[in-house]
This record gives sequence, C-alpha cells and structure tokens, in this order.
Amino acid sequence: MPVNQPKIIQEPRESIDIEKFIRENYGWMLALAESMLGERGTAEDTVQEALIKALNALPNFEHRSSVKTWLRRITVNQTITTMRKLKRLSEVTLDEHQPEFDNFGCRIEEKWDSFPTPEQLLEQKHTRQFIEKALKSLPQSYSIVVRLRDVEGYNTSEVADLLGVSESNVKVRLHRARSALKKILEPVLRREGAES
Amino acid sequence: MSTKFDVIKRRVKRVMLKSLPGMITCREFENFIVDYLEGTLPETQIKLLERHIKICRECKDYLAAYQLTTKLSAALKVAPDEPVPSDVPQDLIDAVANSVASSFNPPRQAKKDSSE
Repeated sequence: MPVNQPKIIQEPRESIDIEKFIRENYGWMLALAESMLGERGTAEDTVQEALIKALNALPNFEHRSSVKTWLRRITVNQTITTMRKLKRLSEVTLDEHQPEFDNFGCRIEEKWDSFPTPEQLLEQKHTRQFIEKALKSLPQSYSIVVRLRDVEGYNTSEVADLLGVSESNVKVRLHRARSALKKILEPVLRREGAES
Repeated sequence: MSTKFDVIKRRVKRVMLKSLPGMITCREFENFIVDYLEGTLPETQIKLLERHIKICRECKDYLAAYQLTTKLSAALKVAPDEPVPSDVPQDLIDAVANSVASSFNPPRQAKKDSSE
C-alpha cells in the first residue's frame, strides 16, 4: 500500500479506521466462512470480498441492527455467492441416513432408553468436532440449510431469500438434512444417554 | 435391528392407527415435523400429531432425538465476540484498504478545457 494512502474513511457520521475494523472482525468472519465452505483458502478470498463490500456500504449503514449482525449477513451472503460460483449448491438427492418405515408405513426406530441434554453432550470434549464433521459429511446444498437455519438462526423465509429458493424447498432440504444428522450423530447421543 | 416382537408391536400399532378415529400414520407424522417445530403447524394438525405421539413410541423417540440434534447444531455458531485466533495478513489489510480508498476517492476526470 502506498505510504500516503489514507486509511481513514471520512463520512458524515463517523470516521472509520479500516485497519482496526478489519482486525476486529477478520477472525470470526473467516471462521464463519470457513465453516460454511470447508476450506481456508476460498474462505480467505471470500472474507476479503465481504470486507470490501461492508466497508464500502458502511457510510450508508442505517443502524437497524448491530454492525456485527449486519456484517455477519454480508459474510453469509458473500459465502453463498462463492458457493454458487463453485457450483457447490447444485441440488443433489440425499437418500442416505433417512428415517425408515416398514411396508405398512410404520416407523422403524430403535428404542431410546433416555436422552442426554445438549449441555451434557457439549461438556464432552469431542462433541462439537463430531457435529461439525457430521454436518460436513452432508452435500453442501443440504448442510447450508442447516447452517443458516439451525446454526445461524435465520428463519425459514430469510434462508429462502438468502438461497434464492422457495420456503417449501428450504423445509424439505432442512428436514432431510436434520434427519441425516440425527442418524449420523445417533451413536454419540445414545452412548451419552446411557451414561447420564 | 427389529426383533419379531418389534414387528408384532408395529402391526398392532398399525391396526390402531387405522381403526381409531383422528389418527395419522407415521409417514404423515413425518411431513408435519418441520412445521411443528417452526410453530407454523395449524392447530388441527398439532392435535393429530400429539395424538399420534401418545400411541407411537417410535415417532415420540424420533422427534425427541431430532430436536436434540437441532439444538446441538446451534452450538456450532461462531460468536463475533468469541476470540478466534487468527493473524490478519497485512497484504489483506492493504488490499481491502486500497480497494475501499479507491471507491471513496474515484480517479478524477480530467477537467475540460474551459476554452472549448
């Protein structure tokens, strides 16, 4: 960067220290993009683009939410754009790990003796890693829906907007993805349930 | 792994679900789950779902495990205030700063000669 390049944007409401803004937000933005993309390099490029977009739009930010919430949305949007470019969101079927029914339409589900609480499970050292691994094992067109709805907490209508699909499509994908996750995580849930 | 006893129990349940009034099948129950958890399932269907759970141990267990999975997913959220160890590459700061500075100070167009 040229030595005389100004690093401060002057705008009516406040001045923005670009370097400080980046240092404060880069880490969590990168972690968020990387969790969605599953790789560091692409996530770094994505965050760079997201930061440029955010800083360009910051003078017009209307403070209807916190800056972090707004920045999070920009990061998510930019990550989805990257996933689209990489054709990661093309729909595939998810037939594995789905609920089972007998010939008469009755559910086949092994009996659960007890259920651990989420807190009990999360106390265990490897639970988070295990969930992350399970989520990563799903096709990205499904895992993205769980990330946006259950991890990020966007509602179904917002997820549909972010992905440019209908709400019913979101619900179908969400249900299949959650069902698959439940099945993959079952050994851990059952083991902890038995120990608690 | 289903035992003979499980198969018989499912048969009995199937007869109950078919013969009792206002009952839905496990497959129909399956279609209600997302809307039920979203809180958007109509009242009449909520009643059907809850009536089904009273008879069907499998769907009751399934729903509990499904909800638990959903709650566990929420734990993966990266909080903005959570310290994430990451060095910010200086070249990234420079690239972003340059890009932003250029859009805030677009290159000026050459002044038109007033004599024209």
